[in-house]
Amino acid sequence: MGVWKSYRLRLARQRWRLRAWRKRRELTSVGDRTGAIGRRDILVFSTLRNERIRLPYFLQYYRDLGVDHFLFVDNDSDDGSREYLCEQKDCSVWTTRHSYKRARFGVDWLNWLQWRHGHGHWTLVVDPDEFFVYPFCDTRSIRALTDWLDASSIRSFGAMLLDMYPKGRMDAQPYREGGDPLEIANWFDSGNYTISRNWLYGNLWIQGGPRARVFFPDNPQHAPALNKIPLVRWDRQYTYVSSTHMLLPRGLNLVYDEWGGEKASGCLLHAKFLDTFAGKSEEELERGQHYANSHEYRAYAAGLQDDPDLWCKWSEKYINWRQLEILGLMSKGNWA
Amino acid sequence: MTIGFIMLCHTALDRAAEVARYWAERGYPVVIHVDKRVGRHRNGRLARQLSDLDNIRFSTRYRCDWGTWSLVAATQKAATVMLRDFPQVRHVYLASGSCLPLRPVEELEAYLAAHPRTDFIESVTTEDVGWTVGGINLERFTLRFPFSWKKHRRAFDWYVNFQRRIGFKRQIPAGLVPHLGSQWWCLTRQTLSAILQDPDCETFDNYFRRVWIPDESYFQTLARLYSTDIQSRSLTLAKFDFQGKPHIFYDDHLQLLRRSDCFVARKIWPQADKLYDTFLRGAGPQQPQAEPNPGKIDRLFAKAVERRTRGRPGLYMQSRHPNENWENGRTCAPYSVFEGFSELFEDFESWLSKTTGSRVHGHLYGPDRVEFAGGETVYNGALSNSAKLRDYNPRAFLTNLIWNTRGERQCFQFGPDDTQDASWFMTLDPNAQISVVSGAWAVPLFHSNLDFAAIRKEAARLQKIEGEHLNILRSPYAKARVRIWTMADFVESPMEPLQTIIDEINPRALRRLAEAPKMVDMTGFGQFLQNLRNQGMQPLLMGDFPAGDLPRPPGARRSRPYLVK
Repeated sequence: MGVWKSYRLRLARQRWRLRAWRKRRELTSVGDRTGAIGRRDILVFSTLRNERIRLPYFLQYYRDLGVDHFLFVDNDSDDGSREYLCEQKDCSVWTTRHSYKRARFGVDWLNWLQWRHGHGHWTLVVDPDEFFVYPFCDTRSIRALTDWLDASSIRSFGAMLLDMYPKGRMDAQPYREGGDPLEIANWFDSGNYTISRNWLYGNLWIQGGPRARVFFPDNPQHAPALNKIPLVRWDRQYTYVSSTHMLLPRGLNLVYDEWGGEKASGCLLHAKFLDTFAGKSEEELERGQHYANSHEYRAYAAGLQDDPDLWCKWSEKYINWRQLEILGLMSKGNWA
Repeated sequence: MTIGFIMLCHTALDRAAEVARYWAERGYPVVIHVDKRVGRHRNGRLARQLSDLDNIRFSTRYRCDWGTWSLVAATQKAATVMLRDFPQVRHVYLASGSCLPLRPVEELEAYLAAHPRTDFIESVTTEDVGWTVGGINLERFTLRFPFSWKKHRRAFDWYVNFQRRIGFKRQIPAGLVPHLGSQWWCLTRQTLSAILQDPDCETFDNYFRRVWIPDESYFQTLARLYSTDIQSRSLTLAKFDFQGKPHIFYDDHLQLLRRSDCFVARKIWPQADKLYDTFLRGAGPQQPQAEPNPGKIDRLFAKAVERRTRGRPGLYMQSRHPNENWENGRTCAPYSVFEGFSELFEDFESWLSKTTGSRVHGHLYGPDRVEFAGGETVYNGALSNSAKLRDYNPRAFLTNLIWNTRGERQCFQFGPDDTQDASWFMTLDPNAQISVVSGAWAVPLFHSNLDFAAIRKEAARLQKIEGEHLNILRSPYAKARVRIWTMADFVESPMEPLQTIIDEINPRALRRLAEAPKMVDMTGFGQFLQNLRNQGMQPLLMGDFPAGDLPRPPGARRSRPYLVK
């Protein structure tokens, strides 16, 4: 990397950090328990809006993995999400009524919170509908993973977004609070992902899956990005650039091997497509707070009217992480 | 006679205390070295935890950095204490704070009693070591290493290269033959005391102080001087990965560890409660007195390293995206590409599928849609038949298809009317078998009902594309199995080439082809080509067709040709 490019990226990083620092004023603390965070705690950061029904299972899932503390930004929920989170002993909550879009889809807010509270911790940035799966997650806690990453001098861990969907109409089986959404949405596309490389930031750009197949067959370049780097040993110099797709400094984006080997990686099971999806997508379309003029939600709304079934004959039914490993969606790398 | 354990601890002191207690309570003395970087508070806690045991000693504390002399110094001090305070000790076992005894310590004692004069220390000459970090073997002993490999890698590398360039060499003390090996050993009192009390001790120490990673070479080298019987292996099960860091054992390794029959394993994840509970407190099933046999664990970790360094051939995913030519297999399995065959033969695809038993697709790169076998709209792995999705990344489409259908050979048609973007990729892929009948695209035009002007234009376009494609196939860099026939040659005797291709797809099929596919009606094709010529277009790729009819008896043309066996 040339000096000029490196300088430019450095400027960009400082700009995003400055932006996050400015945006800190948009956040109001409504339940700050960050004093309880221990020196080695693993932290989850999340932005949400009206996800009350999903929260109990979400918290339980990550508590079971061994997450110690949750930091939420609530974007003006009116369904009791905020109040529910404030009651939880291991959650710190900030709220804001400002624009999600102008905070670059929540990235600025979380960058600030990570800067402030994530320094020196392993931080996991996930949405309430994303469930982190990593090698051996059925027998080893997330602490085992982070300890191993520490021992291997690895600072960031990639986990591709894997869209999960139910068989049949999305609204056929209603989701109930506390239930496992992956019991309803337990199908996924196993082998239709395309990868290209972002040479400036060094990350991979992955697209495909059911969303590309059903909603964007004529417009594949607009299909959502699925590459994610949610787990990072945070330093206050770091910053997410666009969602959790890429970071700066760009060495953190090298979660893949270029010389034929496989690095360890996981998946984020994305249980977005439940019966709650139709309502959500209508609401989001109205708010217009999503990426690139909400064209993603526009496409969903159009697609869902004709045929709300993402399932096809070749969909795979989710069993466990080993299945994903065999299918080549994630890898154990040299962790055994 | 008994065994004494030396433990080098720097983290997870609670676990170290558990293990020390396990040994001490059974009457085996333990000397513990705690890294000086551990705070006074935590060190004091460890001492308090073990204060009720009178056969535990704490040795002088050193600040231990990876790969430095301090580790050896700490070991020396601890060993001295051991030999001084516990005269009944015959074997001294060096362990770390993250070691865990896998078999009852009495079995270890029995084992060592059966080998009373044997030193168990891995000790290999520098020429025979293949596993060292940084690829530095003998040079560990002849260069100087003032810079930390972990913290100042650049300075380290630069200085090593500098010394190599100017030909600097340290003198190895007389009588020493450098040996390397695992730092976890078990030595007899005789050998160990000889090493520690050697009259040349100071010379050796001063020399090894500047050797790189002396904990892997100090005892390993000196033991060769004094030992009467060296078993060059470690009794501690410790596996290292390709970066030279130890593999860690977790709860889910329980069965594997149990069956390994090793005495001590390292390193154990401090929070592996089940492992500590089982091996320290559980009675455990009585095992036969077996020799240590870490074969299964070796295989597991060797596989993990292989996965990390070589990966799965033909897989492109979020954590494996090889640079060009580093793929270790561009695709994961062999496949066949047929160009011009389905134009020349009626129903070629079903014939091929029947003959070879493989999956035969139409034009996967067709202009309107992906022609999957059986007209499927979605295929293995939920690949869509949308041409736009495919053309968004034509290479990924192919690699995905081949990956998704592992275990079943894929064949597909290709032609100049298709998306050409994957041409180079297939040509450079050793898994591809590409068979071309050049110029066969003219046959559908010949049968079409278009205006001749339109046919002429289309023919010129297709010929240009196929010409470029053939140039790619004939490139000196081509790795695919490429066969090209002109149409004229192929039509002359189609069976022989077909037989070759089929044999290659299905090498174990013993039967010769009994039935050839049926060729389309070619009456007047020569005239058709002549007409093109007359219109000013030069059809080149078909070869030399006579202007008249084909040179074969008119009766045979429409019938199926049968081979004479």
